[in-house]
Amino acid sequence: MKEYFGNIYSALATIFIGMKITFKHMFVPSVTIQYPEVRPQLPERERNRLYVNMDDCIGCDQCARACPVNCIIIETVKSVPGEDLGKTSNGKKKALWIPTFTIDFAKCCYCQLCVFPCPTDCIYMTDVYEFSEWDRDNLIYEFATLTPLERQEKRDNLAKFNAEKEAEKLKAASDPKPEIKKDKPEEK
Amino acid sequence: MIYDFLVNLFGNSAVADIIAGIIQSLLPLFVFILPFALFAVYLERKVSAHMQDRLGPMRTGWHGWKQTIADILKLLQKEDIVARDNDKMLFNLAPIIVFSGSYAAFAAIPFTSIFIGTEMDLGIFYIVAVSGIVVAGILMAGWASNNKYSLLGSMRSVAQIVSYEIPTMLVVLSLIMISGSMSLHTLSEQQTGYAWNWYIFGGPGSHLSKFLLIPFMFVGFLIIYISTLAEVNRTPFDIPEAESELVSGYHTEYSGMKFAMFFLAEYANMFAVSAIVVALFLGGYQSPIGYLGNLIGAKWMIPIEQFSWFTIKGIFFVFVQMWLRWTLPRLRVDQLMAVCWKYLIPIAFVNLIIIGLITLL
Amino acid sequence: MSQDSRLNTKRLPLKTEEMVLNMGPQHPSTHGVLRLELALEGEIVTNVIPHIGYLHRCFEKHCEAMTYPQIVPYTDRMDYLAPMGNEFGYAITMEKLLGIELPERVEYIRVIMAELQRISSHLVALGTYGADIGAFTPFLYCFRDREKILSLFEMTCGARLLYNYIWIGGVSHDLHPDFVRKTREFIKEFRPNLKEVNELLSYNRIFIDRTANVGILPIDTAINYGVSGPNLRGSGFKWDIRREDPYSIYHKFNYDIPVGEGTYGTVGDSWDRYFVRVLEMEESCKIIEQALDQLPEGDVQSAIPKRVKPPVGQVYARVENPRGELGYFIISDGSTTPYRVKVRAPSFVSMQVLNDLCKGYMVADVVTILGSIDIVLGEIDR
Repeated sequence: MKEYFGNIYSALATIFIGMKITFKHMFVPSVTIQYPEVRPQLPERERNRLYVNMDDCIGCDQCARACPVNCIIIETVKSVPGEDLGKTSNGKKKALWIPTFTIDFAKCCYCQLCVFPCPTDCIYMTDVYEFSEWDRDNLIYEFATLTPLERQEKRDNLAKFNAEKEAEKLKAASDPKPEIKKDKPEEK
Repeated sequence: MIYDFLVNLFGNSAVADIIAGIIQSLLPLFVFILPFALFAVYLERKVSAHMQDRLGPMRTGWHGWKQTIADILKLLQKEDIVARDNDKMLFNLAPIIVFSGSYAAFAAIPFTSIFIGTEMDLGIFYIVAVSGIVVAGILMAGWASNNKYSLLGSMRSVAQIVSYEIPTMLVVLSLIMISGSMSLHTLSEQQTGYAWNWYIFGGPGSHLSKFLLIPFMFVGFLIIYISTLAEVNRTPFDIPEAESELVSGYHTEYSGMKFAMFFLAEYANMFAVSAIVVALFLGGYQSPIGYLGNLIGAKWMIPIEQFSWFTIKGIFFVFVQMWLRWTLPRLRVDQLMAVCWKYLIPIAFVNLIIIGLITLL
Repeated sequence: MSQDSRLNTKRLPLKTEEMVLNMGPQHPSTHGVLRLELALEGEIVTNVIPHIGYLHRCFEKHCEAMTYPQIVPYTDRMDYLAPMGNEFGYAITMEKLLGIELPERVEYIRVIMAELQRISSHLVALGTYGADIGAFTPFLYCFRDREKILSLFEMTCGARLLYNYIWIGGVSHDLHPDFVRKTREFIKEFRPNLKEVNELLSYNRIFIDRTANVGILPIDTAINYGVSGPNLRGSGFKWDIRREDPYSIYHKFNYDIPVGEGTYGTVGDSWDRYFVRVLEMEESCKIIEQALDQLPEGDVQSAIPKRVKPPVGQVYARVENPRGELGYFIISDGSTTPYRVKVRAPSFVSMQVLNDLCKGYMVADVVTILGSIDIVLGEIDR
């Protein structure tokens, strides 16, 4: 019998305590912010979309190797001697042309593993998060700054230079030496 | 009285009777239920949002007041899906029955002293009886959906509604004993004067039995509030529409306008039930502090004031129902039945006997 | 009654069929994509068969193709509600294999992050449990507090949910200068909020009636199945990896191990498992405060190896995740990619007891019991 009334009392008491809490909360200002008129203040280490500063990129391929999902594709072309590609912002001399540097943001998992190995800090994460597209192919970002004509030109240059070097080597191997035939140990 | 007014407007013939009858019966629907349902849905979303530290609808109109209109327009243009194995007649009939059951209760509720849908002597009895038609509609909806979840939900709902009508009826009986009439109009008329004359404080007059009745009236008020909460399937008794267990219970398979009818029927029912509690215990449309119309001598203002007092009290109880929904977890089916049969019915019964004894004084 | 010889006079029992109800992969309460096949007799459950595998992503096989540092973002994604715990376990396993000595600051930072993660994971468990039972408001209060923790994490490493923070040999970033102050503010605001959620949900009579005496897990059943974490502690058995098999610097802190005591029903029911989680959040607050007081200076990246090439061998290490004991077994063949990575996920083991616990209860109780075991499908399916 006592348990019967005890049940009624505890039920009513806890219900009223609960109601008091929710009533108090009606007058607490809400924590929602009205996006998109009001945007949240993002911290400085925020990691959203990647950005590559091509002026500083030396084409070392470290970021592509560190990526766990293989979303960075880099193609490099060696420069022909005599061409000057300039220096990076911390003084390194660049030696590679970069005709292809694509990052597929549909695959990127935003893990930041590519940012740490970069020797010139040219790849870093920005706080841009509103970059959705209608077409999935539009999410493949091309960072290389060479025009298609220039890319073909650099590849042709390299091919030509390599062909010249090959031809020179062949010529040097098959040409009869005009001097006395000596065993030149360095003749290889 | 509005009936007489309308009949006079159209000339005093049989046709005028019919036209006046039709207009009078449509009045509660268009003037009251539909705007109220629109308002109640918006109120629920805003109240729930502020209790949970968030904002609720904010974009459609200033602070989102047009949200329900947008929802109804969206529901109207949805495809009306009837699956192949559903029992077509029952499936289509169910929402109509549920809505009519809720709506028919409004015929006997006195909104002001000059308007009542039908002046009948059986007011409260009629309301409780007609609310039972909803049970048949819910069973039809669950069965015709051809879905095990819906069937489970509707069977639970039937058990719940039928059980909780008993405490309601017991408390109503006790009130009928005191007042001597079943018509809600008469009940409201008896509670004139100030708030002290309301039935929750014992009723009009100032004899000894009035003071003795006060604690039992409070108990009766609590019992009827809880049991009518269970009749409209609101939390903590919302097993039939338990979102996290049965997806959506007996109205899972409905889409478009039929779902809108279930939805509106629920809010109309909520108000009908609050209106009953108000009319029985809290003075119906009577004002607690006297009428402004009486003060400045404009007698025509009194019905308008009464209407507004009635609406305010009704909306307050609807607000308390929403408050309870967002605070409490849900009861399990057997616990629900235990609350009804082991707690509410014995207490209501004892209450009835004691009130009967007191009225003999 | 009459002797009718045409009928068989032996009375046949009334035949009833069992109804099979499918709580399908898409359901508001099965925490993830889990399919439960319930065999019911009326409303009473006679058998529960879980079907998993809807979230299988071949984590263990995929690890064989990646280098050791590249596996860390993938370990995040197993138990996505407590990623710091997963990374912590992996880092400890690899450091055992490589034999790396860590700077003290790294150990303290890792413990602070793991305990903050424990609080945030338990907040999700509490919130969703309340929502399953029908109380929608505590869910939002818990998530509001969780937002604060997520913004603390965002300040440190830049991501809110999947961090890639605890690396082999250290952590990826040092703490932000404001971190200590903001964490102390958070803990000061959190304690009264926790009390409020307790009053709203834990001591509510209706909640107690729903969860007490439902799904009672006796200690020997739990040990036989291999259950660990709050589920085991809810049955009254004091077992915590941080005490039994200490790792990192947990021996330096003062904290209790809460166990279920059967306050409102029998020991080991759903209420006990739920309340153990609430008490654990309070203990985590204590650990964080002590760690913040004792935090030394140092370089967090000094012990991170340039190339991870462990010696040939195999190693197993375990940590106390919010859901139980998480273990990693790694076989290395001397190259930069592992030969085999095997993860012992706590939710996978805890889910086995579901069949035993649900027998004899009603359909509504299946949801209660499943919520109290607190599973995450990402861990179960990997």
